[in-house]
Amino acid sequence: MNASSSTVIARPRRPAVPRSRTRLALAAIVVIAFALLPLGLKSYGTYLCSLFCVYLMATFGLNLTIGYAGQMSLGQAAFLGIGAYIAAIGMKAGLPFFAMLPLAALACFAIGLALGFPALRVQHHYLAFATLGFNVLVFLVLRNEEAITGGTFGIRGIPRPSLFGLSLERDLPYFWFTLASTLLLIALLGWLLRSPWGRAFAALRDNPIRAESLGVNITAYTLLAFAIGACCAGIAGAYFASLVGFIDPAPFNFTASLLMLLGVIVGGAGRFLGPVVGTVIIVLLPEWLRFMQNWYLAAFGVAVIALMVWLPGGLLSLPERLASRRIGALP
Amino acid sequence: MGDFVQLVVSGIAAGTIYGVAALGFTLLWQASGTINFAQGEFVMLPAFAMLLFLGIGAPLWLAFFAACIVSMLLLGVAFKRIIVDPLLRHGVIPLVIATLGLSVFVKQGIKAGVGALAYPFPSAFPAGQFAIAGIEVSYADLGTLLLAGGIVIALQLFLDRTMTGRAMQACAQNTEAARVLGIDVRRMTLYVFLINGALAAVAALLIAPSYLVKFDMGETIGLKAFFAAIIGGFNQTRGALLGGVLIGVLENLVGFYVSPAYKEGVALVVFLLVILLRPEGLLGKAEERKV
Repeated sequence: MNASSSTVIARPRRPAVPRSRTRLALAAIVVIAFALLPLGLKSYGTYLCSLFCVYLMATFGLNLTIGYAGQMSLGQAAFLGIGAYIAAIGMKAGLPFFAMLPLAALACFAIGLALGFPALRVQHHYLAFATLGFNVLVFLVLRNEEAITGGTFGIRGIPRPSLFGLSLERDLPYFWFTLASTLLLIALLGWLLRSPWGRAFAALRDNPIRAESLGVNITAYTLLAFAIGACCAGIAGAYFASLVGFIDPAPFNFTASLLMLLGVIVGGAGRFLGPVVGTVIIVLLPEWLRFMQNWYLAAFGVAVIALMVWLPGGLLSLPERLASRRIGALP
Repeated sequence: MGDFVQLVVSGIAAGTIYGVAALGFTLLWQASGTINFAQGEFVMLPAFAMLLFLGIGAPLWLAFFAACIVSMLLLGVAFKRIIVDPLLRHGVIPLVIATLGLSVFVKQGIKAGVGALAYPFPSAFPAGQFAIAGIEVSYADLGTLLLAGGIVIALQLFLDRTMTGRAMQACAQNTEAARVLGIDVRRMTLYVFLINGALAAVAALLIAPSYLVKFDMGETIGLKAFFAAIIGGFNQTRGALLGGVLIGVLENLVGFYVSPAYKEGVALVVFLLVILLRPEGLLGKAEERKV
């Protein structure tokens, strides 16, 4: 049996980014409310909000790979780790955060290109396998190269940056800094997807073969989408290192990648805001549902299967699905 | 030189286990277009089933057969009915994601329900080793080689020589034509799922003594099964064994001569080289793309 080259989960025809004033106003209210939320929280709550932002950067990048290029990456946590270690090692050596950030981003972009190139020449979702193996390999390197990465002991005492002379050492300023950076990154991705050049990504999502026949080089665009996705994870990694102050290989294992992938899909891959829902599910919900412990993830696995059977477009496709059912019910 | 030969022999033995898991993976892909990302968990589950049967006092052979049946029912019939059949019409990706969800469910369910400990598992073969021409071979390696190799060859003969086997291949090559020729495609697909369940139990029996039985043991074996299948050629059953053996041998050599820490990375490197130089796999044939 042949598989069609790159099947996308849902391909309803809609603009790449929702653009209506009410939605924009709504988004602004949500963002402001979220920005003020930690004022009423203890330091762990603030930490979780910052962590949420960090993962949001990574999953927004991942959404470009899954949702728009129709490829599955099971190595997003590895790129997060590469970014985090580059930032941590550089900052421990006394280099400033703002020098390590672009370095982490560029390194992940370049590694993404190098890893994606062989895998994307052939189809059958080989990228999923390549990234899965890559994640295992990166984990081994982080654990075994003690001289550079500190092995299982990790790297401790990673400083936080200061911006225009203002120290971001305290939790609240660092959260606002991370939130602002996340919004900037999201805006950049939104701008990218709306630019004439970036519209090819939406064409790729909606119908790869049609896009190719219209002159879009699908291999190049798929590769680029994957590399940009990896780059976002690298950026997220740098913020992660500064946020937690101590990194070891554990958060960058394959399971973390798998959860990010499933989170984005559950939220709604290829939807601009799908990663927000997905990140709530994988970062915030487990904290509220602590009493369930390991069963939470088992239940999440079942939910993923159920969702694929009944709602393959993800949670954000629910309103459309209900609407179309209502229209379908009319005589 | 003696070291080298011994490493190759035990590498081949380990590789045939990867080959068995990869074979089931390849068969599923051919017969139903299912890329099963839970293949590793499909090996882990029968291992726990065998532990359970051993725990209530069954001898190893009985525990194995019981686990085989459980595996065929659960990972064969139930997997097909509950997950694959409803999802096939949505295309490849939702199914792949459902198998990823399944792998999370099985792994975390075992971790939450049974625990995160690694349990020892008895070997099906006697301990000790013997020497042929100055090369020490352990009974476990020889037994693994004979059992796994025998199963792969028997399966190959079944697929090539029997009416049912040929009908299964026909379904894999061209479902529509097979249906027109009067082959019961649904039944043939079911057979493939049953075979995959049984192969998973065999792989579990062979790998559990060295890997120990643990909720995340499937991660490594699953990854190697994917890579073995692709290296050998995704659409060739023989390829799975070749890919598995290649990984097993190279892993052993790298582990000994380069660094034991990077043994697990070998499969990825071979995989990347193969898809760069020969994307259809060592024994595979290139497939056409359907619009």
